[in-house]
Parts: sequence; C-alpha cells; structure tokens
Amino acid sequence: MRPNDRKYTESHEWVKPDGDTMLIGITDFAVNELCSGNEGDLVYCDLPEEGRIVEAGETFGEIESVKAVADLNSPIAGTVLEVNAAIEDHLEILSSDPWQQGWMIRIKPNSKSLDGLLDAEAYEASLAKSES
Amino acid sequence: MKHTALHETHLAHDARMVDFAGWDMPVQYGSILDEVRCVRERAGLFDLSHMGRVLLDGPDAVALAEKVCTNFVARIPEGSIRYSIMCDEKGGAIDDVLVYKEEADNVFLVVNASNTDAVLAWLRQHKGDLRVDIDDLTEEVAMIALQGPLAEEVLADVIDDCDLADIGYYQYGFATICGMTNERISRTGYTGENGFELYIPAVEAQRVWAEILEAGRERGVMPCGLGARDTLRLEAGMCLYGHEIDREHNPIEAGLKFAISFKDEKGDYIGRDALGAIHAAPTRKLVGIRTDGKRVPRQGHQLYQGDEEVGTVCSGSVSPTIGSNIGSAYVRLGFEKAGTELELDFRGKRQTCTVQDLPFYSRTRK
Repeated sequence: MRPNDRKYTESHEWVKPDGDTMLIGITDFAVNELCSGNEGDLVYCDLPEEGRIVEAGETFGEIESVKAVADLNSPIAGTVLEVNAAIEDHLEILSSDPWQQGWMIRIKPNSKSLDGLLDAEAYEASLAKSES
Repeated sequence: MKHTALHETHLAHDARMVDFAGWDMPVQYGSILDEVRCVRERAGLFDLSHMGRVLLDGPDAVALAEKVCTNFVARIPEGSIRYSIMCDEKGGAIDDVLVYKEEADNVFLVVNASNTDAVLAWLRQHKGDLRVDIDDLTEEVAMIALQGPLAEEVLADVIDDCDLADIGYYQYGFATICGMTNERISRTGYTGENGFELYIPAVEAQRVWAEILEAGRERGVMPCGLGARDTLRLEAGMCLYGHEIDREHNPIEAGLKFAISFKDEKGDYIGRDALGAIHAAPTRKLVGIRTDGKRVPRQGHQLYQGDEEVGTVCSGSVSPTIGSNIGSAYVRLGFEKAGTELELDFRGKRQTCTVQDLPFYSRTRK
C-alpha cells in the first residue's frame, strides 16, 4: 500500500500537507512508467519559478525520459513557495524515494481542502483498473 | 492487437510492451541506453517480425518492382539487396523498403509494419496485367536480427552449411539455422553495426531466439527493444518512415538520392518526374542537430535562428554513443551547413543546438 498521509490524482501526482503548506510530487508508478525501473533513463525535469500561481489541474512542469515526456499537473490551486532544485541534477531521487526526498514543489494552498482527490486505496484501485 | 511469434517470449523476459503500428511489441527489456550500448559494444537480439514481408513471384516480378520502386531493380545482382523508396506521383514516400533480388527474377520486399497494408494495396493497384503473384508472408515468416560487433561469431555457433564471411554487406544467402535447412539470412540492419537479419518459420521463432541468446550469453548478448533500435538508427543517420520520410517528405530532400535512379534504362516509374523536379530545385534538407542542453529534441519541435523559424525536428534521442542529445530535422536551405547554430523551442524556452551532417555515428568512418 502506498503512503496514507497524502492524496493522489489519477494522473499520478501526490499532494501531502506539511504544516501550512503542501508538498507535491509524483508516484512510483509515474516514475516507473517513464523509465521502467531504469533511473538512468530519466533525463530532465522542468520545475516552475517560485511565486508562480497554479490552478488545480494546471501543468506546472515537465518530466522527460529517454523515450517520453510527461506533464506535471498540480492537484491543487495555490502559489509555489519552493521548488526542490536537487531533483533537477539528481533525477535518481525520484526513483529511489518518490515519497519523501522526491517532492517537487511546495505550495501555499488557496484552500486546505483535499476533497475530490484520491486516498491511497482509491488510487491503487484506479491503477488496477487501468492495468486490467 | 497483433502478436508476433515471439510475443510470449517477450512477456517472459518481462519486456515493456507498446502498441507499434497495431502490434504489441517490446520497447525495452531493461534500460534503453544499456541496450544501445550492448549493440555498439557486443550484440543485441531484436524481434522484427512485425515488419511486412512480401514476395513478388512470377515472370513480371521485376517489372512490377521497377514500376513502384525508385531504384534500378533489374540491375540488382541475384543474392543482393538494395534500399529503395516507393513513391506516389508527387514524389512523396509511400514506404521505404528493402528489395531482395531472388533467383528466377523474383523479388522479396521487406516493408515497414506501419505500411504493410498500404504497400500491398499499392502493389495490387499497379499490378495491371503483369504476370506476378503478390504474396504476403508476414504471418508465416518470423524475422529476427542480431546486430553488433559480435553478431557474426555468435551466429556462427547456430548456423551450418554457410560461411557468413561469404555474405557481404547488403547480400543474403541460405543457411541451416538451428537445424532448419535453407533459411534466409542477410547482412543487413538498422543500427549502423555489422549484423544479420534472419528469416525463419514463425513456428520455430521461439526456439531460434532462445538458442541465439544461449550462444551469446557469455559474450554479453541481450535482447533489445524498439526503443534502442530507434536510437541506434538515428545515430546511424537512417530514416524512419513517419519521421524523416512520409507522403509530405520526399526522399530527395531526405538525402536518399542514392536509392533513386534517373537512368534512362530504368524506364518510367511512379514519382519519377516529380522526383526529378525536386532534385532540380530542393527547398530544404535533412540534417543532424546536436545539443548539449538537457532537453531532448522531439518530433514537431520548431527550430529558430533568432525570431526566424527555419526548420522542424523529425526525430530525437539521448545518444549514449555520441554523449549528447541528438536529433534529425528539416531546415530551409541556407541553414543546413554543418556548424550552424540554431535554437530548439520547448514551449517558449530555447535551447541551443548545432547543425551537423548525418550520420552521427559510422562504424567504418570513426
């Protein structure tokens, strides 16, 4: 089971409350879709400027592997407070620890509500459905 | 989705499968970059059974091939192979194909999976009164490639009744492969390495695949997917249908003049006049681009010099052999010279790249 301390989207992002802010990243499934378990096949991650305002569902960046590019979509609306610059030069973090060290952006949310997002169980159910 | 005779084998190897032209095909077994290195340094095994295989059989086989292909088919010696294009009347490419000249003047064609139906329809449309049967052998014949510097010595372990050294580049012969007599093997490939393509009965494909892997195990041979194949062919400057050539991208501007005959003796063929006109007045050229930035060029990205849009990317890849990210692109004439600095546009963000002549990699021209 994936971590229960956060919520998920069907496009494989997670959002986790951290004090007054929220951290956003992508799931192990998303990373594996891009690089099939070969972290060396990840080549690039484009993260936003601090201060950028994002809407729920808005694309805030891109991640690229040898063969594919994927959008990074914000699960919630808010203002980008901080980006995890370590990722841009160490994409292997996303593969080794997508849940803690692999956070991508810290957001000041417009609302604390995470209603409408998936809990871990519902996310895994959606994965099982898409794979069947 | 269609399955090749090796589908179960790919699943057993835990390959990542993708839909490629309606076929469920392995894009990679492990790391794509490792698979690329394996082919450059040792040898890699590919399932190419999705590609179309068509036999033109009958007294007018060469005449039909001559009518639809751009090269001079009658001049191909028996036992040899030539790369060719099938063009429409406007010089656009219907497909790029390998033409095997057979005994009794038959012709064996290997065509792209994505175009097999279109090629068959085109051949039947232009057959007219010619005395030739058009046989689609795609389902009954499997196609496996072993590519890389060790390919020849590994294959020698599973082949009898044939000295592979006698098969020159772009030639083929018939050998006993894994105990099966008289099977086709050619020194061809799509990787820029020395290597072979084997044509075997589909029902025996899994056994042949396993025996080649076993013969190559201690020499580091690995199964390789379509992802590595795409990077390898791009490094070697080879065109992929739907990227560098298609109905809108003619073979002249793609740099494939070597596959086009304007000799009188070849006679008229479909697209000849249009190709002649393009040859006299081209407007763009296919070039290589190389970038030291992190982003990878991808099909459809625009190329700029300052505010001026000067070209479009056809293909791109991380290149472990070159050590930077590479691509192919059409640029307007005036911007095609090696060393020209251009900018790739990634949704408004620019990344510098440099034009260079294709190929990026040549086995013989280091």
